[in-house]
Amino acid sequence: MLSINADRKLTMSKAITEAIAQEMEQDERVFVLGEDVGIYGGIFSSTAGLLEKFGPERVIDTPISETGFIGAALGAAMEGMRPIAELMFVDFFGVCMDQIYNHIAKNTYFAGGHMKVPLVLMTATGGGYNDAGQHSQSLWGTFAHLPGLKVVVPSTPYDAKGLMTQAIRDDNPVLFMFHKGLMGLGWMTLVKDATGHVPEEAYAIPFGQADVKREGTDVTIVSVSMGVYHALEAARELEREGISAEVIDLRTLVPLDREAVVRSVKKTHRLLVVDEDYLSYGMSGEIAATVAERAFDYLDAPVRRLAVPDVPIPFARPLEQFVLPDAPKIVAAVKELLNS
Amino acid sequence: MGIPKERLLQMYRDMVVIRHYEEIMAQTYLEGKQPVFNIAAGTVPGEMHLAAGQEPVAVGVCAHLRKEDAVAGTHRPHHFAIAKGVDLKRMTAEIFGKVTGLGQGKGGHMHLFDPDVHFGCSGIIAAGIPQAVGAALAFRQQKSDKVAVTFFGEGAANQGAFHEGLNLAALWRLPVIFVVEDNDYAISVPKQKSTAVASNADRAAGYGIPGVYVGENDLLAVYEAAGEAVARARRGEGPTLLEVKTDRLFGHFQGDAELYRPKGEVERLRAKDPIARFRTYLIERELAPETEITDTEQQARQSVAEAFAFARESAYPAPEEALKHVFVETTSDRRGRHAVN
Ligand SMILES: Cc1ncc(C[n+]2csc(CCOP(=O)(O)OP(=O)(O)O)c2C)c(N)n1
Ligand SMILES: [Mg+2]
Repeated sequence: MLSINADRKLTMSKAITEAIAQEMEQDERVFVLGEDVGIYGGIFSSTAGLLEKFGPERVIDTPISETGFIGAALGAAMEGMRPIAELMFVDFFGVCMDQIYNHIAKNTYFAGGHMKVPLVLMTATGGGYNDAGQHSQSLWGTFAHLPGLKVVVPSTPYDAKGLMTQAIRDDNPVLFMFHKGLMGLGWMTLVKDATGHVPEEAYAIPFGQADVKREGTDVTIVSVSMGVYHALEAARELEREGISAEVIDLRTLVPLDREAVVRSVKKTHRLLVVDEDYLSYGMSGEIAATVAERAFDYLDAPVRRLAVPDVPIPFARPLEQFVLPDAPKIVAAVKELLNS
Repeated sequence: MGIPKERLLQMYRDMVVIRHYEEIMAQTYLEGKQPVFNIAAGTVPGEMHLAAGQEPVAVGVCAHLRKEDAVAGTHRPHHFAIAKGVDLKRMTAEIFGKVTGLGQGKGGHMHLFDPDVHFGCSGIIAAGIPQAVGAALAFRQQKSDKVAVTFFGEGAANQGAFHEGLNLAALWRLPVIFVVEDNDYAISVPKQKSTAVASNADRAAGYGIPGVYVGENDLLAVYEAAGEAVARARRGEGPTLLEVKTDRLFGHFQGDAELYRPKGEVERLRAKDPIARFRTYLIERELAPETEITDTEQQARQSVAEAFAFARESAYPAPEEALKHVFVETTSDRRGRHAVN
């Protein structure tokens, strides 16, 4: 039974560290490694307090050698450990992608399913705070594109804890992508609703189950991570104007709950996908294609997508705000969708 | 060593510009971020890595460079940019995100590009190392005696790109100077916890090239060692790895609580400030009269003030400008002549 103390509110960073700590207490094969995960507690506080609890043998500060320590995490996982490696910003994947794409994601398949790779790769995503094009990307589409990695993109502390627990227990590699703006960090713009109820006991949320955050009848808005908050804000605004929007949080991109999207579109007949990742060849296209394949006849209007318009994330505030999705852009897109 | 007085004063001036620049930037960065620090707020948003204390390495090396020589900087790039002669106004405007900036607000503080003086940098650790090797390859193919310099932190020396770059440059005997800026920290991780050898200069032996260690964060020692390395490279005798011990006086980034630093460390480092030491040296050796030094300091402050004023007064880019500049609009024919598409 989960605790019913609804007052127990945590930030996403606390929810993540709680999940990791509880699994580390239960399972001595679990350990953490990455840059600044020790005394610093993770640049985005994803490992805060773990060094003090578990010591430097199980919470390992690494040199700036991502190919080295992420490859080492794979090696350890294949020998029976359950490492959690942190890639500080997802943007840094460029220096270690071979280990991720060609090995972590493929070794189980090469072994005909006879070898487990129980590894969690945890990483920070997202922009909106003027950190420019090498520190602000989302990139979940890039990772979801290649077979062999499960991809988790939580939006709430509750989901983050349950999905992290599931990720650690999963015998497959899982990419756990948290959004910097949702971690509840004192030095970022706080998203008010992003601190939320988290039960103290360990619990796991199965992958591949989207969450309908809000029911509606006129349009389906599909998103993940920070985009869910923009979509909810837009839905509240639209409601004041008599438009009823359903908001779906996919929560995981691999596996993907296509059925939840199809079910919703069959009801609302309109779809808007909101994505902080790049527009082309990504999540928004995948969702649109799914609806085209499975619910085309139900559509009353062409599918709409709102995503970063295929440019690197620019630094200057007006430029960055122009390319990122937000509630006013969603409201405008929904209205166009309803008028088309 | 017989360094001409003008050069000594020029190097002093560059160090003062850098220090003053970083101090003004630290203050400016806090505008709009108090009382509650929010990285996205204020005059200059985003991450801010400052190089106060690390002036000697940038100035002592770049004093040997010409405008046409290439420099690849890091995520902490201001001191390198200033020492290489990047336009201070346009650089500052870029850091403010203004349309008059080097990149018209696209890049910001970690992405300063000034082709006029062959300067670039990156927020990805060690990314500049192979790029400098490539610049040197180009210089040799162009049959020039230009050289390429890549600056990077001691933390970056544990990245694969460092080892690959060193091997390539050694193998091809390219005119590259690899400069390790050892400030002892990679964010919170001290060198002793990240690096298997005590001195990065020793790693040069693994690639059969000279490795030179310069201690004490001392401008003239850097100047001397860099002079040899640059001359060697210009003569076509190949790369050198230069390791310079230096001190980071500020946090890794502004807003860093620095809980990982031993108590009193910053005070100890400040007590051996390389700029104050060089000033005393100039006066005690009677290399420059104090009035001239004071004038130099005054000019340095003035140029920083002008750069910040320029940045403040400049306009932000129009939002739709975000969609421009993913590609250039030209192609070149086989002779390298450009045509607008
Ligand atoms: C490939 C990559 N990994 C990690 C980071 C995050 N990061 C930014 S600065 C830094 C420390 C760099 O240390 P060092 O090379 O010594 O340079 P310093 O900051 O001391 O100037 C780290 C780990 C990054 N930017 N790129
Ligand atoms: Mg360093």
